[in-house]
Amino acid sequence: MRRKTMLRLGGALISLLTVGGVVVMLLPYFWMVSSSIKTGIEVFDLPIKWIPDEIQWVNYPNALSKGAFGVYFYNSFVVAFAVMAGNLVFCTLAGYGLAKFRFRHRELCFRLILSTLMLPLEIVLVPTFLVVRELGLVNTYGGLIAPLAVDAFGVFLMRQSIRDIPDSLIEAARMDGCSEFGIFWRIILPNCKPALGALALLAFRDNWDQFLWPFIVATTDDLKTFPLGLAQMEGIDSAAYHEIMALAVLGMIPAAFIFLFFQRAFVRGITLTGLKE
Amino acid sequence: MGEVLLEDLTKDFGEVVAVKEVNLTIHDGEFVVLLGPSGCGKTTTLRMIAGLEEITSGRILLDGRVLNDVHPRDRDIAMVFQNYALYPHMSVYKNMAFGLKMRKVDKGEIDRRVKSAAGILGIETLLGRYPGKLSGGQRQRVALGRAIVRDPRVFLFDEPLSNLDAKLRVQTRVELLKLHQHLAATSVYVTHDQVEAMTMGDRIVVMHEGVIQQVGPPMEVYQNPANQFVAGFIGSPAMNFLSATVRAEEGRIFLEGAGFRVPLPAERSGGLEGREGGEVVFGIRPEDMRLDAEGGIDGTVEIIEPVGSDIFLDLSVGGASLTARVESSVRMSQGERVRLRPDPARVHAFDPATGATLI
Repeated sequence: MRRKTMLRLGGALISLLTVGGVVVMLLPYFWMVSSSIKTGIEVFDLPIKWIPDEIQWVNYPNALSKGAFGVYFYNSFVVAFAVMAGNLVFCTLAGYGLAKFRFRHRELCFRLILSTLMLPLEIVLVPTFLVVRELGLVNTYGGLIAPLAVDAFGVFLMRQSIRDIPDSLIEAARMDGCSEFGIFWRIILPNCKPALGALALLAFRDNWDQFLWPFIVATTDDLKTFPLGLAQMEGIDSAAYHEIMALAVLGMIPAAFIFLFFQRAFVRGITLTGLKE
Repeated sequence: MGEVLLEDLTKDFGEVVAVKEVNLTIHDGEFVVLLGPSGCGKTTTLRMIAGLEEITSGRILLDGRVLNDVHPRDRDIAMVFQNYALYPHMSVYKNMAFGLKMRKVDKGEIDRRVKSAAGILGIETLLGRYPGKLSGGQRQRVALGRAIVRDPRVFLFDEPLSNLDAKLRVQTRVELLKLHQHLAATSVYVTHDQVEAMTMGDRIVVMHEGVIQQVGPPMEVYQNPANQFVAGFIGSPAMNFLSATVRAEEGRIFLEGAGFRVPLPAERSGGLEGREGGEVVFGIRPEDMRLDAEGGIDGTVEIIEPVGSDIFLDLSVGGASLTARVESSVRMSQGERVRLRPDPARVHAFDPATGATLI
């Protein structure tokens, strides 16, 4: 009896902690949404008024009119989708090679790729910029996309996932008359869909939010991405937090939507590789 | 046609020689079983025939055509893998049709062949299902079906029954044999299970440490093993081995050791000529002895194992252990002293240094 009560208490405590965690995680988002429909003055009201007396939907069109946000949105979409596509192609091919082909120094190659994960962005930023500049890609989509189109974590994720596919499937396909690319296309890809989903989601989310690299490589207004536009907005009217929040809400929608859409694949993809964030 | 010829076939993985100078002819329509313990090179040999493993030296020929540099898809050989290797994202129908589709066979012909193979294997109702929804036995049939539809010159089987439970294994074994009789295609079957080998093979190839030990029909290999390894590997329970000394008395040859003295008939003792006084390994199968108060083997019953049709007696003979098979009607008790008479025609002797068969 006593044990049962203890177990029940333990369960309640875990539930309480989980709910507490969820509240702490969601509060900033709620505050952001709430601020986006307040007046500029209400944003700083203390104590915080979570639901304003009068909802200011007008903040949204007002905020959007203060910059070329249509262009910024479009650029962010182009960059995030292109980087995602690049990651799907290159990380999967690299992961396949590292997981299933025997060649000299394979492990060394893999470790070298992995070691790039240890390098902070600030260290690679300048050399990458110099390369991009030499290639004449500053202020181009190519410059925004190419350096991000393959990522060490993505290679790692795909390699782990492809490693779990039995070699005998590949060998059976080889005997069935499949070409090497055919094996990749018809056997490997369909069998690592969860990991592909997770990679697509991660790549999209990371690059939809990407600030530092576009900030360095895109200096003209027509190539700026949404985060740059948002930062610029702060420069134009630093007091207009209600409008900045409205833009932040709009900026969050695509990533949130894609996450909700791919949620199951994402969790499966991450857990299958033994990694769980 | 489907005659496979292995000529001085060798495979090494760096320092480790997995297969060493294997020479073997597998005749058209023959069912050959490669048998041996783990790591003996049987699977590597099979994979070289399939083209999944590069050949270090030697040649593989199929109907006179050298296969060494021929891609697996162009060899006209189909393989059933140990874990079946069914494509999990494809239905049973698509799994079976895949090889034909890759070879650009006409859709109508693919449909005809898949349905015909499914009919032979009794899996017509499974064609729309996915491998994940099938039982082990069903998967096994699908894997077979995938090989059959291709109508290859040679079938390769890599321990295809090892993932099935004991009952299903026996059942599938019989079905495989029926299938072989129906298709009459050349088949190379790898297993470490000597019962499978004995029951299925037209010929058995016993391998050990990458080297062929003996090739022959199952009963021939069983009754006349080429060496001590083959003698010990084939048969369950295994052949008994006891250290013995060769004695010659009054023109007769005896094998003598702690707890036994076995006379050999003149026609069986030729292989021991000149070894009088020397050490040999005396080998006798459990079923080749019978209880006899005058028998030459003196043992004490340690364990009694009734298996229904027979009883296995584990005896202590001069400190060594020996297994004997006796009729189920025999009543024994633990600790009882018994005498056994070996069938002189079934006594074996091996060279203790090389393991070579002497008689």
